[in-house]
This record gives sequence, structure tokens and C-alpha cells, in this order.
Amino acid sequence: MPEVQVRKLFTAVEEIFHEGGPRSALPLRRAAALAVIHNPFAGAYVQEIASFMDDLKPLGLKMALSLVTALGGNAKAVEGYGKGAIVGAAGELEHGALWHVPGGYAMRELLGGAKAIVASTKKVGGPGTRLDVPITHINASYVRSHFDSMEVGLADAPSADEILLALVMTTGPRVHARVGGLKASEIEGEDGLR
Amino acid sequence: MKASIRKIVTFMEETNTEMGRAINPSTRRAAAVAVIENPYAGKYVEDLSELMTIGEELGELLTLRAVAALGIPATSVESYGKAAAVGENGEIEHAAAILHPKLGTPVRRVLGKGAALIPSSKKRGGMGVVLDIPLGHKDAAFVRSHFDGMEVRINDAPRANEIVVAVAVTDSGRPLARVGGLTKDQIKGEDGLR
Repeated sequence: MPEVQVRKLFTAVEEIFHEGGPRSALPLRRAAALAVIHNPFAGAYVQEIASFMDDLKPLGLKMALSLVTALGGNAKAVEGYGKGAIVGAAGELEHGALWHVPGGYAMRELLGGAKAIVASTKKVGGPGTRLDVPITHINASYVRSHFDSMEVGLADAPSADEILLALVMTTGPRVHARVGGLKASEIEGEDGLR
Repeated sequence: MKASIRKIVTFMEETNTEMGRAINPSTRRAAAVAVIENPYAGKYVEDLSELMTIGEELGELLTLRAVAALGIPATSVESYGKAAAVGENGEIEHAAAILHPKLGTPVRRVLGKGAALIPSSKKRGGMGVVLDIPLGHKDAAFVRSHFDGMEVRINDAPRANEIVVAVAVTDSGRPLARVGGLTKDQIKGEDGLR
């Protein structure tokens, strides 16, 4: 099994007080953890890649932990999440799909068995590529106030033989959420959707 | 606080390898960035003293945030820098009013020292504009290993009537510095230059 080689780690935390409307008593916080890793499959078509998902698990857990820490240390404060990947030019989109299991399950496990699917996106791109990571409620995908996203990216990554992995967590709804739909207070919490 | 802050974003970047070589200990740098309302947007105002006061407030707030993101004692910070981006309804002089008259004193108070000029950059731009914050050693501007820069960007700022203000700090110089010049163990720390 290839060892995961991490070139750099990056954390961003946004604390949002308002967006032109009333100042929120409890500011919304959004955090992103990024890791730039070597892509062991870069440069050639490799049929068997799935075992790399297991190799990525410790990194996924480390990044998820760093997000909880960045948001104040209490996993219960986390209400939204998402994940994404940018694959460098010598890789293929499928390599980004390797992040679904280790990235998603790390967050769900850490957040006490969150029920909703982890929203995700991925692309192939060069250094400086930006990725809009989608965010949804951790227990019910249809909670409209928690549909959000966070833009991430690094000027010097991913190089052609690298993958940029991203995890994102938030502490609440959009700062001025007011377009109706299912509310967080109405979650049934059984199917991960409502 | 005089400043009307819409959001605060912190960034922390840790480099573990470069060109396949391990960086041990990892180099780390952090930036704290505030998005504030520009009190002088849309009109020419001769006296910019309100922005100077805002600069003083942000100097302390952002340095504390950036140091916290690094997770080291403030006195262990090695290099620093500052930058501002003014939205389209402001002028470049507004960035100068924030950055130059009063922002530096609280930065140095938090760090315990800071004999060297705080390197700076400024521009006017739209949302998502990139700021390259120049970095230099805090006690001796000529320390060549610490000439560096950190890129920050917030996709939804500055709006036309806003200003983005950034302070960056590090625990180190470049990852594999090897172009000679004054080294940090040769610092006299008297004139801020050597």
C-alpha cells in the first residue's frame, strides 16, 4: 500500500458577523482543512486504486479533528459539512473519488454518527484552482438554511502529481437564512434526508 | 470598537515537504484577515483619522488571531507582514491610513518586539482579489531566509464599500532557504535592519 505523503496542510476559518443585515448574536463559523498529498497513481492508468482509500483514513481523521479544534473544540457545535478534491494534471477525476469514503466517514464518525450524506465536489485542475465545496446539514440533507458552500484553494497546489483534499465544517445556518424549507428544529433524523 | 467588521478569516499553512525533501520542523505561517466597512466609501474625505484608529484596533485583534492560529507564544513569532485591499468605492489612500500610521504599534506590543519595518502591500480591487502579504523578519529586515510572502483571498470581499485588512505572522523562514545573506543567528536587532 502506498504511504500517504503530505506536502502541506492548510486551515482556514471564517467568522461571519453579518452580510448587510442584522448582526448575528452568535457569528457563523466555517472552517476548511486542506491537505496536499502526492498522487501515487499520477502519470499512468492504474486499474486497482481502491485500496488507497484505507491509506487515507488516518489523514481524514486528522483533518476532521483539526476542523473541530478550529471551530472551538466541541464536536456538538458542528451543524454542516462538506468535502472535495482537486486532482493535479497528471491524475484523473477518479483519483479524487478516492476521498469520498475516508473523508466522509472520518467526519461522520467524529461528529457522533452524523446521518446525512456528505455533500461533495471534485475536479481536475492546476495550481491555484479554486473549489466551491458544497455544505449541507450533518443530519438531514434537506435543511434549507444550512445549504452553503465555502471556496478553497491554494496558489501552489495541486502540482501535476498531487491531489488537494478538502474537508469543511460549519457551525450553523447561513447568516441571514430566510428562504423557508425544512428547519433544523424539524429534523426527524432517521433517513439522513429530513 | 470603531471598526464595523463583517467577517474575520484566519488562514494557517504548514509545509512538510518541498521537492521531496522533509521539512523538519515544518514551517508554518498564518494570516488573520478582517473585512470591514469603509467609512469613507464613495466620497473624498480629507481627514482619514477614523481609519487610522481602525488600523490601531485591527493591529491588535488580527495579530492575536494570527498568533493563535499558529499556536505558539507570541514572542516566538519570527517574521511578519501586513496588507489591505480597498473595494472599488474607496481609494488606495484608505489602505494607507489603516496600515501605516497606527497599525504597527499594537502588532509589536503583542509580539514583544519588532524592530524591523513591517513589510506591506496594498491595492484596490473587487471581490476575490488576491493579496500577497510580504513577509520579513520582525527584528532585522535583512535576514534573507525570511523574505517571503503569503497569499490570501476571500471570495466575497471586498464589496465596493469594504476594506480587507490582513496581518500575517510565521514561526520560520522559507522551507528550504539556501541563498545566503544575513542569517537569524547573526541578528543584532538594534536598527531593525541587521
